[in-house]
Amino acid sequence: MTEEIIIAGFGGQGVLSMGKILAYSGIMQDKEVSWMPSYGPEMRGGTANVTVILSDDRISSPYLKVFDTAIILNQQSMDKFEESVKPGGILVYDPNGITHHPTRTDIKIFQINGSKLAAEMGNKKIFNMVVMGAFLKIKPIVKLENVLAGLKKSLPERYHHLIPLNEKAMKIGMNNVTPYQVASQFAHN
Amino acid sequence: MSELKLMKGNEALAEAAIRAGVDAYFGYPITPQTELIEYLMSQKTEERTGMVCLQAESEIAAINMVYGAASTGKKVFTSSSSPGVSLKQEGISYIAGAELPAVIVNVVRGGPGLGTIQPSQADYFQSVKGGGHGDYKLYVLAPSSVQEMSDFVEDAFDIAFKYNAPVLILSDGLIGQMMEKVELKPQQKRRTDAEVIAQCGSWATTGKTKDRERNIITSLDLQSEKMEARVHRLLKKYEQMEKEDLRFEKINCDDAEYLIVAYGSSARIAQKAVEIARSKGVKVGLLRPITLFPFPKKQLFDLADQVKGILSVELNAGQMVEDVKLSTEFKVPVEHFGRTGGIIHTPEEILEALEQKIINNGSIRHHKTRESSIL
Repeated sequence: MTEEIIIAGFGGQGVLSMGKILAYSGIMQDKEVSWMPSYGPEMRGGTANVTVILSDDRISSPYLKVFDTAIILNQQSMDKFEESVKPGGILVYDPNGITHHPTRTDIKIFQINGSKLAAEMGNKKIFNMVVMGAFLKIKPIVKLENVLAGLKKSLPERYHHLIPLNEKAMKIGMNNVTPYQVASQFAHN
Repeated sequence: MSELKLMKGNEALAEAAIRAGVDAYFGYPITPQTELIEYLMSQKTEERTGMVCLQAESEIAAINMVYGAASTGKKVFTSSSSPGVSLKQEGISYIAGAELPAVIVNVVRGGPGLGTIQPSQADYFQSVKGGGHGDYKLYVLAPSSVQEMSDFVEDAFDIAFKYNAPVLILSDGLIGQMMEKVELKPQQKRRTDAEVIAQCGSWATTGKTKDRERNIITSLDLQSEKMEARVHRLLKKYEQMEKEDLRFEKINCDDAEYLIVAYGSSARIAQKAVEIARSKGVKVGLLRPITLFPFPKKQLFDLADQVKGILSVELNAGQMVEDVKLSTEFKVPVEHFGRTGGIIHTPEEILEALEQKIINNGSIRHHKTRESSIL
């Protein structure tokens, strides 16, 4: 098993920490992992992205052009990374703030209204964990218990009381992710 | 007990240094190396192991503190990134001339000048061709993973003390700032003063006793014969390094028709390119020099009899390619590919370059027809 993921959005949305939690969960599940934050000209303009790879084998390049899964959290990232999903791959996105929805029909597309659900939970910061739950529902590459174990290991002890909130957010994400159908007039491969 | 952690390369190197029982670190912050000094400071090393960690007033001060501390037989290291390492070159030359064990870490960024804070491998020439003045070389280790950032600290000190010579760990902004799983070694005790004297008493300034001559640390020798003898002594060490301490990794080389040579971060990306090429039936191999000096000359010379062409992939405008050409003695076409300015090449770009520069050019020379498409 090798899963190559790009997570992309605005700085401050928890993109990098979501990648870190995913990577830590991978370690808990005995996977090889790599986490590489965005580099190069794409950093300009306040977008942040991270490439996370989980694999049963030694990971070669931590830096990639195409991905199995893209988790997209703003329009700039949609413009940049929709085309980077491998045919047959997965695109998960938060429709909040998206004006041009994805149009590819050779990949599987899902929506998760993470920002709205996090606001309803009364904690916007938990947004990234709602999205994480949505992704893990579609691709259960790590078990929920290993995500929680990863959180426990990566968070300082003073934040451990927040782990149940993170668990709740992931479950809400899992229960609210929906397939997105590209309208036929926009469809392209 | 070893333990698994998710760490940045810079942090893993810093933690490994503490665990290796290093006595002192002197440095100065610069992106993309700053996590290293930041991590060391956060660990309160004086409480943990008694290791001294000091932010010097400049890179030049830091390397001269290393010079001084190394003179006493202590395990000492410094780190910086490209512009800072340029500042250290005078001190590095003195340390090499005075034959002292020390470790220098360069987390390379793009240049020349202040350049960019993004990853680069443009300091290859500086690292393996001297850098500072005089007839000296550094033993250069090029880690290509976070695990190697951790493992190479102890290896570097072993070499430094085996030869009484400075060792460079040549990393870059990619390996320094990415996170991977790393298995940390158990904590070792720092050597006691008695152990330092037992190991280094014959040359180090550990305090003169009545029963021995003074130990003098200097790189100056105004008697030409004595200075030439010193240079010859250095050359002997470098020959011995080439015989005993060369390190490299061959990936898919056994049946390779084409070869990529790459080190550090480029080797990781090139390995993905090899995987893609192999999945399309194109027999590409990868030779990864782990030490840049000593360089795997003989391995390349031999592979040149087997492959149709070689692509040297580096994040620079073409530096290691010269050593690849020298090693293969022009038996096969050797070309360079690399991005600069902080841009990282993708595996697909490497394959495209391999196809254009080596496979197609090679076939024009030997077969007249285009034989395969990798992409």
